[in-house]
Amino acid sequence: MAEETVKTGEKNKAKTGNEVVIAIKGLKKSFGKKHVLKDINLEVKRSENVVVLGRSGTGKSVTIQCIVGLLRPDGGSLKVFGDEVAEMSDKELKQLRIKIGFLFQSGALYDSMTVRENLEFPLTRVLKLKDQGEIDKRVEDALTSVGLLEAIDKLPSDLSGGMRKRAGLARTIIVNPEIILYDEPTTGLDPITSREISDLILSIQKKYKTSSIIITHDMECARIAADRMLIMDDGVFIAEGTFEGLHKSKNKTVEAFFKDIL
Amino acid sequence: MAEEIAIPGWKKWLEGIGDQVEFFFKFFRNIFTGGFEWSEFVRQCYEIGYRSMMLVGITSFIMGVVLIVQLRPTLVAFGAASMLPKTLSVSFIREIGPVIIAIICAGKIASSIGAELGSMKVTEQLDAMEVSGANPLQYLVVTRILATTIMVPILSVIGDLIGLFGGFLALNLRDNMSFSLYFTKVVGSIDFSDFLPAFVKTIFFGFAIGFVGCYKGFHSNKGTESVGIAANSAVVTASLWIFVIDAIAVQVTSLLFYK
Ligand SMILES: Nc1ncnc2c1ncn2[C@@H]1O[C@H](COP(=O)(O)OP(=O)(O)OP(=O)(O)O)[C@@H](O)[C@H]1O
Ligand SMILES: [Mg+2]
Repeated sequence: MAEETVKTGEKNKAKTGNEVVIAIKGLKKSFGKKHVLKDINLEVKRSENVVVLGRSGTGKSVTIQCIVGLLRPDGGSLKVFGDEVAEMSDKELKQLRIKIGFLFQSGALYDSMTVRENLEFPLTRVLKLKDQGEIDKRVEDALTSVGLLEAIDKLPSDLSGGMRKRAGLARTIIVNPEIILYDEPTTGLDPITSREISDLILSIQKKYKTSSIIITHDMECARIAADRMLIMDDGVFIAEGTFEGLHKSKNKTVEAFFKDIL
Repeated sequence: MAEEIAIPGWKKWLEGIGDQVEFFFKFFRNIFTGGFEWSEFVRQCYEIGYRSMMLVGITSFIMGVVLIVQLRPTLVAFGAASMLPKTLSVSFIREIGPVIIAIICAGKIASSIGAELGSMKVTEQLDAMEVSGANPLQYLVVTRILATTIMVPILSVIGDLIGLFGGFLALNLRDNMSFSLYFTKVVGSIDFSDFLPAFVKTIFFGFAIGFVGCYKGFHSNKGTESVGIAANSAVVTASLWIFVIDAIAVQVTSLLFYK
């Protein structure tokens, strides 16, 4: 992937920047009688970081779970790299999932495996790498970037909440996905680590030209990482703009998110 | 949640059957597609087999002792005390050993598989594995079901031997019988037609234990209490399956062997 972005070179930059990788139109999803997603419209371009804010329980996690095909939408269109996710065969879905990194809100580490084995899992099972030297190097690099190298041989049960989150992040980025969906990457972390993770998200975007959707309640993270921000309320996006743009908004819900920011 | 109550019970039950059939075919397909997870399979065999050895050994031993103590007065009353080894070995190997050991394994293995996979589901580990493009069925389900299918018959054979040995010790509390005489009597009284059907049914027991454990864990709801529910219903369902398989096996064997 890194080579690919190098090859596209400077003159194509505008073009790659405009390529839409995720296109969602009129997405609907209900659980029983509970209409969680009512009308979600979203486009994410290549190498763009989109931050999604919203109150707890408004359907942010549900939205990104639809993108990777974990949940089936009830209506609307959801295209990733131009293909409708709901119409994909198991094989196509698997191919797509290899290109998408997904950070779970809970970290979702495999708790019978050490941190090292957790990180090796996608390398050996999905990318099917064989060279142990390369595997070790990638594991160590990924852990170093989240500042967790000293915990490499620990089991998830021996890690703190924040460490688990960071290990989950390392496992997500280790395969160099083209799209990364972060579900609250900095929640539960101290301000210093939060800041480091936010910087890491930004540097991954710059280095690998990844497109990301970042769900967060952390305004500092949003300020650092967002190219564009969307605010979700009651199953629809009610506002869109840059950090500065939304900061000036007079909408009550939007204001509520920015009230502590000077 | 309120809507779920509205679905009639029989419909849910049918849906459950459909899900299980689908799960079975998925399991079957995944045995042969992609790479086989050897190291996980071996680890599961160790977890499932070796870790249950003690429990199976103790229960079988006690069953052997208890059966002899219980049978003895009746047989003595008929002047058939010399039939004790034969009675024990036939009843133990044909029926009591396999079923008791399978029920013990259902309690130990099906519940732990159900709880393990259930908690992986709750903590989104199954989702994480699937979303990463890896195959949780191949890694978690195929290895566990195959491990129980192989280990439960082995545990049964070991349990049979230990049970018969327990019987020998119990017999020696009252009567004096040399081990070689006991051994000759036991071996002489067991036919191939006693051992083979019993062994074959333990293979099905093992499969049922692994399958039910995996299915219940995989299909548990999200929420902490569902881990307990998954483990519990895995034991109940697996035990039920064992008796149903046993009932079918008895019919089939009596048609084929006993006439
Ligand atoms: N698998 C599911 N089955 C039933 N209901 C669900 C499921 N997943 C989510 N929901 C419901 O959908 C709604 C939105 O959930 P979601 O997890 O998307 O919220 P969220 O916006 O991510 O909130 P938070 O910020 O707290 O993570 C919630 O009311 C939740 O109860
Ligand atoms: Mg969420």
